[in-house]
Amino acid sequence: MDYSYFPGCSLESAHSSYNDSMKKVFSHLECNLHELEDWNCCGATAYMSVKEVVGFAISARNLAIAEKQKWDLVAPCSSCYTILAKTHRYMKELPELKDRVNECLKEGGLSYNLKVKVRHPLDVLINDIGLDKIKVKTKVRLEGLKVANYYGCQIVRPEKGFDDREEPMTMDNLFNAVGAENVYYPMKVKCCGGMLMTTYEDVAIKLSKEIIECAINNGANCIVTTCPLCQMNLEAYQDEINRVYNTKYNMPILFFTQVLGLAFGFSDSELGINKNLTASIKLKGALIHQ
Amino acid sequence: MKIVNIKIPGKLSQKEQDLRVSFLRQLEAVPNSEKIKSCIQCGTCTGSCPVSYAMDISPREVIALFRAGDMESLLHSKTIWVCASCYACQTRCTALIKVTDIIYALKRLAMEKNIYPPHFPVYSLSQSFVKIMNSYGRLHEARLLIFYFMKTNPFKLFSFMPLGLRMAKRKRIAYLPSKIKDLKNFQKIIKKAEQFDMPRAVEEAQYLKGAVGYGAVDKKTELESKK
Repeated sequence: MDYSYFPGCSLESAHSSYNDSMKKVFSHLECNLHELEDWNCCGATAYMSVKEVVGFAISARNLAIAEKQKWDLVAPCSSCYTILAKTHRYMKELPELKDRVNECLKEGGLSYNLKVKVRHPLDVLINDIGLDKIKVKTKVRLEGLKVANYYGCQIVRPEKGFDDREEPMTMDNLFNAVGAENVYYPMKVKCCGGMLMTTYEDVAIKLSKEIIECAINNGANCIVTTCPLCQMNLEAYQDEINRVYNTKYNMPILFFTQVLGLAFGFSDSELGINKNLTASIKLKGALIHQ
Repeated sequence: MKIVNIKIPGKLSQKEQDLRVSFLRQLEAVPNSEKIKSCIQCGTCTGSCPVSYAMDISPREVIALFRAGDMESLLHSKTIWVCASCYACQTRCTALIKVTDIIYALKRLAMEKNIYPPHFPVYSLSQSFVKIMNSYGRLHEARLLIFYFMKTNPFKLFSFMPLGLRMAKRKRIAYLPSKIKDLKNFQKIIKKAEQFDMPRAVEEAQYLKGAVGYGAVDKKTELESKK
């Protein structure tokens, strides 16, 4: 199976572990990810709130390039995934916008004719590759590992995508298949605060704290996420949370591809788990005790 | 919540009338925005909102204040900036109101009118973002943070040092920005796109400027029935 792959800016630097583990997992499952030729930043929400048409145009540049490559476009970062999918949807719903955007793309010798499917890697894993194949490819059953699956906001809302908006199950099913235990986790689609961390830090700290607290109270060894921004908020601000709330959290926050990679027999360093700021010892402990 | 800007109930000041029309114009870019009329004030939005505790006007009250004719308070509220746009309210609204998109429309209107809370950095953040994008085509996180703090609060940069060092130790900081190859054409696309506004998702309407309540949203039908 072949896919175009849009890594996005944060997977190039702060979250290279997501990028590395994604590539390892997909190649283990005999899927080829072809990096999108000369991709640009999706524009994130910053552009969308300043000048919407510019936001759509730069995002559509990526879609136009993907159209040339002819495969579905896989975007692992929640923000990139949402923005690219939104651009496709808006251009489809508003023909006038499509014309305007295409007029802009023409300046760069490109055009977009709505032929690309934007996909999230979770969607590909469950619906294209399938749990049966994942079970066959599993080398280390993750018995004893208790995961709290944190989906975040962007891949499930606002439009109904590949999973339920209130009770998504794709990650739960995935980890079930490789032997891990999914703890009861009602915070799975709650907001981590996102960019509020730069504007109203106290609010974002409170939201992140509640997400970690709930996972701990339900006995999880780690929180598993799909989004680089959630990962950053939950992990890098744990010290600040501990300071403000007088707690002693040291919760590993992993990407779902890192956990899946462990089940496929890759090492910590191959999956970038050693790049984590919070301890991953607990996770290893859970695996050793199996 | 206090209603401060309504002097005579049922009658709008000139300023309020103008704001109301500008707001409805913003809404025209949002598909199905006229659903704002269907609000039954059930409060599901406020109950679903993870940050409503930090707001001065709750999401339910946003709709109520619009209906009452107090746009001014809405534009000066903390609410529109504290919204994390997680879309919990919008997906749960029983009347299918685009609550989050409405708050976005208010945010854009406030920016258009240059209304920001004191020391509020969101504008600097997006400006720095745009600057980096135009020169590299990709975002460089380290540069964004440095630009942003230099503009808002240079001292905050120091408090970021310990985290920065921990990130650097684990090779999670890219020191040099990554740049796209076809930057020239990329910039041409941006330049062209800057000339365009969003097309309207709903038909352009003539609003009843003085109408209070949802009257102003009723657009054509009401105008036609008056003829």
